[in-house]
Amino acid sequence: MRVLAALSGGVDSAVAAARAVDAGHDVVGVHMALSRTRDQFRTGSRGCCSIEDAGDARRAADVLGIPYYVWDLSERFEETVVADFVAEYEAGRTPNPCVRCNEHIKFATLLDKAVALGFDAVCTGHYARIETRADGTRELHRARDLAKDQSYVLAVMGPERLARSMFPLGDVASKEETRAEAAARGLSVSAKPDSYDICFVADGDTQGFLRSRLGSQPGEIVDGSGAVLGQHDGAYAFTVGQRKGLSIGRPAPDGKPRYVLSVEPVNNRVVVGSAAELAVQTVAADRAVWFADADGSFACSLQVRAHGEAVPAHATVRDGLVEIVLDTPGALRGVAPGQSAVLYDGTRVLGQATVTAAKRATTGAAR
Amino acid sequence: MYLDHAATTPMLPEAARVLAEQLVRTGNPSSLHASGRAARRVVEEAREGLAAALGARPSEVLWTSGGTEADNLAIKGMFWSRRNQDGRRRRLLVSAVEHHAVLDPAFWMAEHAGAELVLLPVDADGIVEVDALHDELERNGDQVALVSVMWANNEVGTLQPLDDVVTLARRYGIPVHADAVQAVGQVPVDFGASGLDAMTVSGHKVGGPGGAGALLARRGLDLTPVLHGGGQERGVRSGTLDAALLASFATAVEQAVAGREGFAAWVGALRDSLVAGVQDVVPDAVLRGPQDTARRLPANAHFTFPGCEGDSLLYLLDSAGIEASTGSACQAGVPRPSHVLLAMGVDELAARGALRFSLGHPSTAADVDALLAALPGVVDRARAAGLATVGSVT
Repeated sequence: MRVLAALSGGVDSAVAAARAVDAGHDVVGVHMALSRTRDQFRTGSRGCCSIEDAGDARRAADVLGIPYYVWDLSERFEETVVADFVAEYEAGRTPNPCVRCNEHIKFATLLDKAVALGFDAVCTGHYARIETRADGTRELHRARDLAKDQSYVLAVMGPERLARSMFPLGDVASKEETRAEAAARGLSVSAKPDSYDICFVADGDTQGFLRSRLGSQPGEIVDGSGAVLGQHDGAYAFTVGQRKGLSIGRPAPDGKPRYVLSVEPVNNRVVVGSAAELAVQTVAADRAVWFADADGSFACSLQVRAHGEAVPAHATVRDGLVEIVLDTPGALRGVAPGQSAVLYDGTRVLGQATVTAAKRATTGAAR
Repeated sequence: MYLDHAATTPMLPEAARVLAEQLVRTGNPSSLHASGRAARRVVEEAREGLAAALGARPSEVLWTSGGTEADNLAIKGMFWSRRNQDGRRRRLLVSAVEHHAVLDPAFWMAEHAGAELVLLPVDADGIVEVDALHDELERNGDQVALVSVMWANNEVGTLQPLDDVVTLARRYGIPVHADAVQAVGQVPVDFGASGLDAMTVSGHKVGGPGGAGALLARRGLDLTPVLHGGGQERGVRSGTLDAALLASFATAVEQAVAGREGFAAWVGALRDSLVAGVQDVVPDAVLRGPQDTARRLPANAHFTFPGCEGDSLLYLLDSAGIEASTGSACQAGVPRPSHVLLAMGVDELAARGALRFSLGHPSTAADVDALLAALPGVVDRARAAGLATVGSVT
């Protein structure tokens, strides 16, 4: 097969490309330039956006003996990932930019362009497994190394794109194994630090980034009764479940810490309450993408964060909307609109939808 | 099939032989002992040879590490000297289609050294508008530090009206620099006859080694040093000279200049067949730069392919074994719409579909045939990929 290996400049994508070469594929390396104003070197733990990363990607391609190109997808990235990230926070929701990038860039713009240029598949360094059933259909599964599993951020791609994807690191036992393999192959990125932060937020300061885009929007911090407890400089800087940075002078009557319960962009208010009020029983979601036919009600497990736990639940699909009831009320806390809800059957990804609302486990009003 | 000779071209056999022969010598040309004197002799013979080939005096040759350093020395060194003589002279006039080795130091001087940058506009063929220079000199002639206009453009091959530029600038007593990196060996280049005050040449573009270049600087031109140190090259450009590299560089320039007329004739004919062939197999390809081939470099052809991305074209040609270029500078390998094409009034979308084909001394008709055979399929596919970003995979 003709395989386009997306090379970020990190160790995972380099080893994934090497494995694709070993498998006998005709591999070409492509580094995606996602920002036009690129820093010379990576700052902190961010990855894939600096000139140094592009250089590391090129060096990996050299070592593998494959051609290397840089594709400028920065405009598309700004439109579909960065602008969406800002708009979602502004609307009081909590976006996951890695999910949006996989949805709109890696397994859309990049994949479509690759296919148009004659490639059969796109290979990335994601930790997830693809299993092919007897009838030829493909399933997306969690990686063998559950600590590195990235099936959560890939679930948005859906079956057609999965059919053109390749994740050679899905059966790696651990990140250490990947690093050891990189070292054995002479890849100089073998000891490069992992990237965790949002790649386009230069210093990891998400609130500062949002402030630079959205400006100061002072408003009130209130409790469930509407009593004003403090002021904020922009509701967009808060996310459901957040505890730090609330700067409320008065302690809660019960002396327990307060958490953000909801962000209300219309009246620019941040509502806070107790930890108990964050407990979730039901999650509603839309914009569903399924890997197999999904209709009616079925048992599953629900994951709402990239590194979060999956909890047992029952989902009901009706008219494209998904309602997920947790088997154990309160098993999830602080679920925010905008988050990606991924449903699993064991290790298999059933589908993904975007959270529109979460209902509390207690008898309190829905938020 | 290598069609990217304007990026770099194979070394001429004689230049490679001289390099190998000289590499085994010992001796710092600045040393006074016998080994040093022997190395010095090699350097000075190279200086004389290069000067003679380009119509300069030996003392006008300042060796540099390449074209970029020579351009930096010209822009910065001339600007600082002129401004030191007369504090009002802060206007820096460069054409909008200069190579980044001129443009970027000019922008840097504007940002860090108080220069007022004036970009001279070009017409649709990429030719500097002499009337605009005239107007600028008329209005602000007493504030201008220098003018820099390239001899020939590296992307679209446009030859610039340097005679007019020099005549005008001379009238106002303003020094002129020209980057002649692409011109040497393709069109007649005579520094003395040109009336230029400074001129950049490079080794690896004419069949010499990489890492060698020179700034030809008229005697009496005041140049503030950019590299400080041991005081080599009249104290203007410090750094130990590499005798072997310079001997090889000079040999390449001498040979390229000696063979220029014949080379230009056959390579021009080959280029014309390439242009006609491309227009035949891809009728909507747009030849950029002057249509009159007498006004462009004989080895240069440059097209934009509507609906295509340059990086798609490059990849597809590369996988078909054909090596070309988008012609424009990259940042970490990211193709940007060319500032040259934008200055010529080409819109950004069209500019993205740019490809430069440049020929050199090893080029053959078979290279052109291979390109023409691959191109229609490549363009079709690139066009489909160009639209892919708005469609979806099914």
